[in-house]
Amino acid sequence: MVRESEFYWRRLHSLLGIIPIGLFVTQHLIINHFATKGAESFNTAAHFIENLPFIYFLEWFVIYIPLMFHAFYGVYLAFTSKNNVQRYGTFRNWMFMLQRVTGVFLVIFIAWHIYETRIQKLFGAEVNYDMMADIFQSPFMIVFYALGILAATFHLANGVWSFLVTWGLAQSPRSQKIVTYVTLGIFVILSVIGMRALFAFA
Amino acid sequence: MSEHQTAVQEQAAPAKTVMFEIQRQDTPESAPYMESFEVPYKANMNVISALMEIRRNPVNAKGEKTTPINWDMNCLEEVCGACSMVINGRPRQSCTALVDQLTQPIKLEPMRTFPVVRDLVVDREGMFDSLKKIKAWIPIDGTYDLGEGPRMPERKRQWAYELSKCMTCGVCLEACPNVNDQTNFMGPFAISQVRLFNTHPTGAQNKDERLSALMTDGGLGECGNSQNCVVACPKGIPLTTSIAAMNRATTVQMFKNFFGSDHMVD
Repeated sequence: MVRESEFYWRRLHSLLGIIPIGLFVTQHLIINHFATKGAESFNTAAHFIENLPFIYFLEWFVIYIPLMFHAFYGVYLAFTSKNNVQRYGTFRNWMFMLQRVTGVFLVIFIAWHIYETRIQKLFGAEVNYDMMADIFQSPFMIVFYALGILAATFHLANGVWSFLVTWGLAQSPRSQKIVTYVTLGIFVILSVIGMRALFAFA
Repeated sequence: MSEHQTAVQEQAAPAKTVMFEIQRQDTPESAPYMESFEVPYKANMNVISALMEIRRNPVNAKGEKTTPINWDMNCLEEVCGACSMVINGRPRQSCTALVDQLTQPIKLEPMRTFPVVRDLVVDREGMFDSLKKIKAWIPIDGTYDLGEGPRMPERKRQWAYELSKCMTCGVCLEACPNVNDQTNFMGPFAISQVRLFNTHPTGAQNKDERLSALMTDGGLGECGNSQNCVVACPKGIPLTTSIAAMNRATTVQMFKNFFGSDHMVD
């Protein structure tokens, strides 16, 4: 039954990666960027998000449910592909493989990240600047988070490319090439924003 | 030929040979094994003429007598697709694989995306089943003479001709990371064939049926955009453009099916 409707699941998977997950990730990185202006500035921004109305509804329907579907279905897709970059070392084939590698890594990273922040909040911890600064006492965590952010920005940027192709918006080789450059720009910009925030905490 | 070059001198020169490493398999179920061969060189020889030479004298590089190698071939001019195999790691037709252009030892393997029948012979029947599934034909029969169909613009015909060069050789399936035993993906070729038959003015009368076939199990959804197919295709068919075009056509069809009226074709 799942296989019969795979076409629709794949389209949904592609769509959810951009809306809402991609938009949420962008928003998240931008909020984090307040850390570059000091602890006070970050805490105000984080507090604003925390106190949005209907926050539980927003968390489940904008983040958890789409993210879980995207992650678990994505792992299935990653492990049913047979990568062959040794045979075809083209740019697109590398992107294809990296999309799957970063996706699987992100499932691990995000699981840990949610455990360390949102789940600790359930146990009474306060999510603020000091919490992140504490986490980054460990150099291993700095590297782990840096890789996590880069994997996320890459996965999102390349996901925008494949979204545009999968839904038939970018058809011609020329348009697909231009979209490649645009998404490369998205990757660089989001990575800079993410890294600046990371090193503001560290 | 210079006057100094005599028959004696030609004999003195060491005979040039070509080394082959061939993956063999005796039955569909048995384990594959490698066997090396040394074949006398001839000018302009291709992989098939070397395989014919081995068949004429089935002795491997160790000097042991062995069975001749099984392989498929038909047209010998790269239009039938039958002689496809993996040559030095890349799937291609063995008829146009010239020995002079290949690094030695030349490694031959069957396209393992397909069930192996024996040695280099594979069973591509799945591809023909896919063509049936996507209705890769133009229905012209009625209960009475339907007369002439609509004319196809000449420029469109010339363009569609490129898509019609597909010979169902299986190279795009062998190159695709998403065609494997864990998926049912029918492969890039079938998607391009839908585009070809939906382009034809008579074929377009059933375009929703072909698009619907692409929207089921093993269809268009399973493409992961690695774009290996367009690199691998020996006929230079713009497979990834066809895939993107069908992505758009199925997007429109999907919304039509759900929100639209009962007029599926137009």
